[in-house]
Formats: sequence, structure tokens, C-alpha cells
Amino acid sequence: MKSGVERVTVYKVISVILLVILAFLFLFPLYWIVTGAFKTSVEINSVTPVWFPTEWSMENFSKLFAKRSAPLFEIGPFQGPVAPAAFRWLINTVFMAVAAMLLTCFTAAMAGYALAKKRFLGRGIIFGLIVCAMALPKQVILIPLLKEMAVLDLYNTLWAVILPTVGWPFGVFLMKQFSEGIPGEILEAARIDGASEFKTFTTVVMPIIKPGIGALAIFTFINSWNDYFMQLVMLQKGDIFTLPLGISTLQAETTVDMGLLMAGAAMAAAPIILIFLLFQKYFTQGITMGAVKG
Amino acid sequence: MSRALQRRETVSGYLFLLPSLVFFVGFVIIPMFICIFLSLTDANMHAGSPSFIGFQNFSKLWEDKVFREALWNTIIIVVVSVPAVCAFSLWVSSAIYKMNGTARSFFRIVFYLPVVTGSVAVTVVWKWMYNNYYGIFNYILKNTGIIDKNINWLGDERFALWCIILILFTTSVGQPIVLYVSALGNVDQSLVEAAQVDGATNLQIFWKIKWPQIMPTTLYILVITTINSFQCFALIQLLTSGGQGTNTVMYHIYYTAFKLTTQHGHFGYANAMGVVLALAIAALSAVQFKLAKEK
Repeated sequence: MKSGVERVTVYKVISVILLVILAFLFLFPLYWIVTGAFKTSVEINSVTPVWFPTEWSMENFSKLFAKRSAPLFEIGPFQGPVAPAAFRWLINTVFMAVAAMLLTCFTAAMAGYALAKKRFLGRGIIFGLIVCAMALPKQVILIPLLKEMAVLDLYNTLWAVILPTVGWPFGVFLMKQFSEGIPGEILEAARIDGASEFKTFTTVVMPIIKPGIGALAIFTFINSWNDYFMQLVMLQKGDIFTLPLGISTLQAETTVDMGLLMAGAAMAAAPIILIFLLFQKYFTQGITMGAVKG
Repeated sequence: MSRALQRRETVSGYLFLLPSLVFFVGFVIIPMFICIFLSLTDANMHAGSPSFIGFQNFSKLWEDKVFREALWNTIIIVVVSVPAVCAFSLWVSSAIYKMNGTARSFFRIVFYLPVVTGSVAVTVVWKWMYNNYYGIFNYILKNTGIIDKNINWLGDERFALWCIILILFTTSVGQPIVLYVSALGNVDQSLVEAAQVDGATNLQIFWKIKWPQIMPTTLYILVITTINSFQCFALIQLLTSGGQGTNTVMYHIYYTAFKLTTQHGHFGYANAMGVVLALAIAALSAVQFKLAKEK
């Protein structure tokens, strides 16, 4: 009989090999997007897959940019210079994600702090409501939201996507978890010093929950960037499309041009992946904290 | 607490909550009530004022064959993908949580990347890989002799739903792995060491010590994965448009509200489905909580 130690080592070696294979498989679609975006149409449509593009062609990107055009931005009656629609989509998506992120962080940080550290009537009910709402499928309320946005005259604007994202209570929940860690004595001391409530929040609370805000920021940014269903329901005009929406429209129009689609997919995925890699430490922390006592 | 202090706490508490509550009530709570209200009416996209029709939408659901099929497919997706995601992510996490920081981060990032990439980009590339003529799956399977004729993966009722479940799986394991790695790292090491001294095997240590301690995490993962699987939409819309036996409740809601030609924009009926879906998820979450608490 083999000794236990030996068996454990064999198991470990096998599991590492398996993990590496799996990592390759999980990375493959991404690799396929990136290389596909630079392949010529001959290579794309070849029955024998071309594992690596022989020449890096810009053909797909020029097709993507030539496909549609739109003014770069529109603020009231002012229009920016006309450019390929894909750039407009990129600007729209960035604006949407940044606005959702800032508003969420601002509102959730204050609300989370109040729920964690203030004692007042109705606190339990509000927190209970927030937890219950989190267990509901967000997409179910999309149709009523659409009606509401139409009434508010916001339908077909980026705000129709931004505002519901800010309302989603996960952020408040996450910030409450982070705020629990603020020592009561520090708040007490600030009060005795005569600091106003708001000053206490900005000078004492904020520095402590900063990592939490970082986590929430990156989390909201990525989620809102990728919330395709909401964008699909709320945005109908080509000029205010987001990147995911633009790509899905392209794919409905052209079922065969995979190169064009890969160029679009690369353009939609590259910025968000870059941001994820830069801030992934915060991100991991956010996911973990959001689950504690979840 | 003195009364003045109590008042100050209450006023400041609500002031801090106010901005967030405006958004929460305005864009979550109110739509929820609109949803319930609309489900009891014959509202559609064009008509002016909807009229109240009681529970007719709900009774119609029972007889709606398409809805029943969509519900059945949704159940298959949930029943297959939730345990698969949980088991897989637990295995990956236990294999990586003791590695050094760099290796652990690397694997965590790799398994999270499909989530970050975004459902549209992911779907588009899988569509290519599944392609009948120049997709990579047919090429590999044919060259290894596993199949001898190209398979139209997404166009074939026997495979389409499973193809979608596979993509859903790869885009679902990221978050559970992050959670499990952190939970396993927090397991009380002194208990593990004590058990090792007593000569317990690794398997025994896992089931008797680690498993009970990571139970809250497992529960959370079960709930979020269930909700995610129920909401599977982009994959269906972009790959099959609900055809080839892949219709799900979420897609059917969208289709009824926006695409159905005979009753275009049937909001009332779509909302009734939404209510049923929400109740189903709520019930399932409650059961999962209860089961986990008893353990």
C-alpha cells in the first residue's frame, strides 16, 4: 500500500495539472476574441481554425468603424464632430458606468453608515426591505421601470439605465458591512468635540470606509457596463447605444461576419477587463464583504 | 440615551439615508408595485388606460403551453447549473486557496474573466465556436474522431439548451470561487491541526470541520447562483432567440412584452410571468435558507 503522504502528493500534482488545463479553457474564448478581431475574413471563415493570425489585419476594425457614424456627443443642442458610431457607444458606456458608479458610491456610503451606526426608529424595517429586495430578480421590474421612465420622460436616455442601477440596494448593504467596523468611541469623540454630523462623516467615517467605497466603485462600474438586458430595454435609438448593445445589434444585422463581431467584442471587453485587472484587489474584497452574513 | 441625542440620531440617520432611499423607493419599490398592479390588468404597449382583469393573466399562464415549456427549461437550467457551479467552484477553491498569493490571484482572475468580459462579447465568441461550418468544436471533435459529421450545435434541439448551460457555467463560477477561497482561508486552523494530530484523513477533515464552517458561504452561493440562472437572458436572446427548445421564462417575458406580434407589447401578461418568477425565486431562497439552518 502506498503511504498517505505519497497519495496526497499524487493528488496534488494531478489537481494542479487539471487546474492549468481548465485555466487555458477559460481563457480561450477571450483569446479567440482578441485574435479573431485581427484575422482576415479568409482566416476567420477557414474550416481549419487558424490558431494565430499570420498577419495582424485591421480590416475588421475599419469595417466596424465604417459601418455607422454618429456625433461624438450631444449635450442639449450641441453636437460633437461626427465619428464612427463605435466611439460614440464607447463614450456613452463610459459616461453611464461612471455616473452610476459615482452616484451609487455617494448615496450608498451615507446610507450604509446610517444603517450601521445610527440608532433610530424604522432602521430595522428599512434594512429588512433592502435585504428582501436583493433576493428579487432585478430583471422582473424592467417592464414597470420602462413605463416609469416613459412617464418621467427619461426613456431612451442614458439616465434610464443609470438611475435604476443606483437604486439597486446591494451598495447600501455592502457599505453597511464596511461601516460596522467603525469604532463607536471615535464617533463619540467627534461628537463631544462638537463636530457636525456631516463633518464627522467626511473627516472621520470616510477615511475608514475608503476601501469599501473602492470595492463598491469597481463593482458598480463593471456591473453597469455589462448590464445588457437593462440597456436593451431602455435604449432604442442607435445614437445612445452602449457598446454591448451596439455589438448585439451588429450581430443581428450580420450573422456571418464573425471578424466584425470579434472586433466589436474586443472593443467592448478590452476597457472593462483592463479596469478589472487594475483594481481587482478591491474587487475581491467587495465580493467577499458583500457575502458576510449575506 | 438622552432625548436630545435620540432626536439627533434619528434626524441625522434619515438625512444620511435620504438620497439612497429616493433611488431605492423610486426605482425598485415603486416599480415592484407597478409590476404587481400591471399583472392584474390587460395593459399593453399602445392602449391608453389598462383595465383591471383580476387574476385572468395568472389563470391564462396555467394553460399557456409556451410558458410551461419555458418554465420547464428554466428549471432544467437551474437544476443542472446550480449544483455544477457550486461543486466546481468548491473544488477549484480548495485546490488554490493554499497556494502562494500570486498563483491564487492568477487562478481567481482567470475564472473571473468570463464574468467581466460581459455577456454580449462572451456570447458572440461562443456563437462562432459553436458554428456549424467553421466552429472550433466541430473541428476538434471531428479530428479526434468523436463525431464524423458536423453538428449544428445551436440549431439542434438535442444540444442547444446544453450549449447554453455550458456558457452559463463558465460565466458563473467566478464569484463563487472568490467567496470560497476567502471562506476556506478563514476556517479555524486549530481545529484542523487537532484533527490531524488525531490521525483524521483529509476527507474526514473536509466533511467534519471545513464543510460546516463554510456552510454560510455555500448558502449564499446557492442563492446568488440560483437567481443568476433564473435570469439567464442574453445567451438565449443572442444565440437562439428562444428557439430549439431553449425558451426560458426570462426570455419569454421579454418576448411577450416587446416582440410578440399577435399581442404586441402585452405588458400585463408579461408582468404576471414576472410575478410568478419572483415568487418562485423567493420561495426557493427561503427553502435554501431553511435547509441550511437546520443543518
